[in-house]
Amino acid sequence: MGIEVNGKVLEVDEEGYLADLNTWEPEVANVMAKLDDTELNENHWEVINFLREYYEEYQIAPAVRVLTKAIGKKLGKDKGNSKYLYELFPYGPGKQACKYAGLPKPTGCV
Amino acid sequence: MSTLHTVNKSAYERDTLEACVRLAAKGGSVLLIEDGVYSAMSGGSKSSIIENAKGDLNFYVLGPDVKARGIDESRLVDGVKVVDYKGFVELTVENDKVSAWL
Amino acid sequence: MSDAKKFMYINRKAPYGTVYAWESLEVVLIGAAFEQDVSLAFVDDGVYQLMKGQDTTEVGIKNFSPTYSALGDYEVNKIYIEKESLEARGLTLDDLQHLVWEDEDEDWAEKDSIRVVTSAELAELFEEQDVVLSF
Repeated sequence: MGIEVNGKVLEVDEEGYLADLNTWEPEVANVMAKLDDTELNENHWEVINFLREYYEEYQIAPAVRVLTKAIGKKLGKDKGNSKYLYELFPYGPGKQACKYAGLPKPTGCV
Repeated sequence: MSTLHTVNKSAYERDTLEACVRLAAKGGSVLLIEDGVYSAMSGGSKSSIIENAKGDLNFYVLGPDVKARGIDESRLVDGVKVVDYKGFVELTVENDKVSAWL
Repeated sequence: MSDAKKFMYINRKAPYGTVYAWESLEVVLIGAAFEQDVSLAFVDDGVYQLMKGQDTTEVGIKNFSPTYSALGDYEVNKIYIEKESLEARGLTLDDLQHLVWEDEDEDWAEKDSIRVVTSAELAELFEEQDVVLSF
């Protein structure tokens, strides 16, 4: 399976996660969002960029609880809550945002 | 005739290195790979295996495995040489046979 | 949290030679999502998991040592290292990563997660657990 991004076909798994996170580029997130009928705004990008930085530092995609707390610390309490994050990413902030960020599914997510 | 022995387990977990050193003929070479490289660190209770045998055997460690495990080369027992993958190949060529201790 | 069980994970294997270390870390992270009272013990060759400066680029294996620093975010902040195991390997606390957690109740103050304990102290800690898992 693959998705077409900027004229290239990138391999994804059966759930739509990027097979090789090194092939990620911002347009990947836009293309994936479009498949979910979502238009990404700067609030989405804040979370996506945060996840990419988190992965870069710790080599894992954080669990939702950890993500929520860390976002709260970095971007403020009004964003560090599950209501806000679920409104941005209705399929689940862990799963959906990690997918757009090119990361594997969060450890412990089923 | 000379033999290259490889050991891939830590001396703190298995007795493989001790068996290898006990049974290897004088003048042979021992290359520590994977978790075997931990045995080449100085200052530990198993460092004496290499210290006591290094007069009779040549000891090598595989550099990439040393790096992967965060071991600084300055911490290796004196006389242990670091080789890269190319050096590994050269050792297998220089010796008549290779014996992998498991 | 009154019904939280006390889980201790014992790590006894070096990081890359076998898959135990990484498997254990994954199980810990998954388990931490269930808000149990989790602690980790590093004994025998398990102490090597926390060595500083690991660089796996030349061996082609994922370097998961940075992931230990995320444990604090998962509220896993009781990490015990057996003194005897460290000493037998010629290691000191300085050879290991410095792991911390941030206390949200104290304005995110950083606190040390690692405690060096003797075998006897560790034996007592095992007795306090509801579940002990060994890797």
